[in-house]
Amino acid sequence: MTEISIRTGGSAGDGIASVGEMLVRCFSRMGRHTFGLNAYQSVIRGGHVWFQARATDQRPHSQGDGCDILYAMTPETAEIHSAALRPGGTLVYDPEKFPFAADKLPPKVHALEVPTLAIARKFSTQPILQNAAGLGASAALGGIPLEVLHDVVRDSFGRKAGDVVQWNLEASAAGYQHALAHGHVLDHTLSRGGAPKLLMTGNQAIALGAAAAGLKFLSQYPMTPASSIMHWLAAHSNDLGIVVKQAEDELAAINMAIGASFGGVRAMTATSGGGFSLMVEALGMAGMTETPLVVVESQRAGPSTGLPTKTEQGDLNLMLGAGQGDFPRAILAPSNPAEAYRQTIRAFELAEEYQTPVLVASDLHLSENFMTVDRDEIPVDVPVKSLFTVTPNGHEYHRYAYTPNGVSPRSIPGQPGLQYVAGSDEHDEKGHLISDIRSGVPTWVTERARMMEKRMGKLKGLTAASEPPVREGPANADLTFVAWGSTIGAVRDAMAILAAQGRATNLVRVPTVFPLNGPALLQLLSPAKKTLLVELNYTGQFGRLVRAETGFDLSTRLLKYDGEPFFPFEIVAKAVEVMNHGG
Amino acid sequence: MADSTVAASKSIVGTSLPLITKSDTKPTWCPGCGDYGVVAAVEMAVKKLGLPSHDVVIVSGIGCSSNLPHFLSSYGFHSIHGRALPVAEGIRWANHGLTVIGTGGDGDGFGIGAGHFVHAMRRNVKLTYVTMDNQIYGLTTGQASPTSMMGQKTKSTPRGVIENPIDPIALALASGATYVARGFSGDVKHLADLVANGLRHRGFAFVDVMSPCVTYNKINTFDFFRQRVYKLESSGHDPTNIVTAWQRALEWGEKIPIGLFYKADRPTYEELEEVLTQGPLAQQPAGLKGHESVLDEFV
Repeated sequence: MTEISIRTGGSAGDGIASVGEMLVRCFSRMGRHTFGLNAYQSVIRGGHVWFQARATDQRPHSQGDGCDILYAMTPETAEIHSAALRPGGTLVYDPEKFPFAADKLPPKVHALEVPTLAIARKFSTQPILQNAAGLGASAALGGIPLEVLHDVVRDSFGRKAGDVVQWNLEASAAGYQHALAHGHVLDHTLSRGGAPKLLMTGNQAIALGAAAAGLKFLSQYPMTPASSIMHWLAAHSNDLGIVVKQAEDELAAINMAIGASFGGVRAMTATSGGGFSLMVEALGMAGMTETPLVVVESQRAGPSTGLPTKTEQGDLNLMLGAGQGDFPRAILAPSNPAEAYRQTIRAFELAEEYQTPVLVASDLHLSENFMTVDRDEIPVDVPVKSLFTVTPNGHEYHRYAYTPNGVSPRSIPGQPGLQYVAGSDEHDEKGHLISDIRSGVPTWVTERARMMEKRMGKLKGLTAASEPPVREGPANADLTFVAWGSTIGAVRDAMAILAAQGRATNLVRVPTVFPLNGPALLQLLSPAKKTLLVELNYTGQFGRLVRAETGFDLSTRLLKYDGEPFFPFEIVAKAVEVMNHGG
Repeated sequence: MADSTVAASKSIVGTSLPLITKSDTKPTWCPGCGDYGVVAAVEMAVKKLGLPSHDVVIVSGIGCSSNLPHFLSSYGFHSIHGRALPVAEGIRWANHGLTVIGTGGDGDGFGIGAGHFVHAMRRNVKLTYVTMDNQIYGLTTGQASPTSMMGQKTKSTPRGVIENPIDPIALALASGATYVARGFSGDVKHLADLVANGLRHRGFAFVDVMSPCVTYNKINTFDFFRQRVYKLESSGHDPTNIVTAWQRALEWGEKIPIGLFYKADRPTYEELEEVLTQGPLAQQPAGLKGHESVLDEFV
């Protein structure tokens, strides 16, 4: 496998994310699959941020481990990240900004001094232009053709006024030429690999998927790492005919979405764990009133405010248990943008079909990092089926009529003769309360039980309609990884590394976390020689769910809760240990 | 129909469109409860406007008064405590061909739901919000509410309330509400007019109704209000004057004004939200078909 990773780091405000995004875009324009990791902090200026642009001739599923080129805008970046440089790689820095002793570099790693500030001064008094020179130098060493870089620069700055585009083109060209003249271009480069790929974050894929599924109303309250779903949809609101409402809080956000859904449009809200905690009461209302609802829960490291810009899969218990009492729900957990697109569409279909809340479980790692997808992985022509098929037939309309699958005919306001009251109190088939003067009266005691059974009966259909657990890799493997959500990416990359070492592993991944298809999962887990649960939380929340639902004990676990995503080497090391010595 | 939209709010030629009426569910309020007057006034107001019952949605929260949607023949959403307004806003934005009425109590609207109350008013979303303000928590058997008067002894304040009460009228004025009124459930006809004019109003119409709890509030009784209320419209008040509206809002004591405090003409949220200028959302096409070019930005 040929791999090129270019890492750039500096302080917030240096334009690191912009440089990094341009680098991944260069690779995706070259038709290469890429992964772009944007590691940032909860500050607007200062601190330490970095971005890794990784491209391979196959398909990277994670940010990978090391890097080949490191463009350091601060001494801290050089200190922290030099050790990640692979042999043949280069540290790019400007000695006018800080001195660096080349003997601190790993063996066979070069240092290239690029006069980025001096180049910037030629064009502008704005020092931010230095990063264009650094970008040019990094692209040159990584074998990115100058015309590809310049197309990307032009498109990225196209909307800026005045000479900004020209300055960036010339400064990046100057950095590019300087690197060609004085640096060591990597001896492994990537040629063009066919048609340009689409480059998107998980949140963009979720927003696109929602739009494709017929979303008409999004209400959301800003919270990292879910906010960019609202940003993308707000920017496209008029074109796509989607109302985007920034609510006063997450309580309002979810209740507005429920109201809109009751009113007859597909509606969604999105948040992270803190906001989702506020949404819990209304989630139950959607379940009780049987109102379709899609909620995106993009997890970040908790508890409480936690690490706002760092990732975790620590909200699974919250999602499973959110709400008093029992009501049916589904939790879909995509692992990458292509899957996020499909799963979001599926979430809308399931919510609509089963008239109950469906959660899309993302996390910061999926929501905010960049991956490429092929165009055919994003089919936009999705049929948006109407389920308001009920019409007055002369009989009294029963909104919550008992049916074999628990799904009752749903009318929407404005339809004559089909009025009903959706109630968060327990109710009968007509929607009439059985919570006050009827509660405890024998007939209605029975009715309450039937109504619970009707609602919970939907779980059977939801299970059958959801994507079952999947095994990837050889059937006969020495180790079976078990993973869900974005963690799957690093596991896939680890499996490739292990395969190259002659170690056969496979993966059982679970796209529908709930309702968990226990029999299907057991069938995949039973033949495993050894299992390794890989989860990004402290208690192994998914492992506990698997044991509760199947009795299968995923006792060997690789858990991480430091806010960072898994790196493939960590998984490889643990896998080797387990395979050599047992769990 | 090809997509998720459904023809809503369309008159069907040749069929009769029944007006709002009482439903087959009888109110479970205590005998003599002020809320009987409010449900009667809401019914009268909606009838007055000639709105067919299937084009009306009544949304409530939780509390005695929030049971109101069950007692009328329109669509209803009996939501959770404090959240009637965001649910109502969502319904309104999904289909602004509908007439949406929020109902609830003082705890629902000014306690747990106070944040939503303020924001709905500054948005001027076209809703009529009728609060049955009895200055006590009734359904939970008599604790202090955000509008309970200083010193009032309740189950939760046996030595008397020590917090200043919220003044819903002043709060509404401060929040930029464009229709601010107070009614009294002892004067149903007057109240029905306030609600009907609220339904006609361009934007958010707030009607705070003094609706006595005959079981748990022995201070703010029907007699208490009968002795104190006077009508703003017969006292020379100009409801377009925000300054005098504030002066009247602060009156609470020997005399309590009812009627319209303030009315302003401002565009509604629905008028300013460009997507909704294309018609009710529920009737607009959905999906990405025809929008394939949206993918180009990802290249």
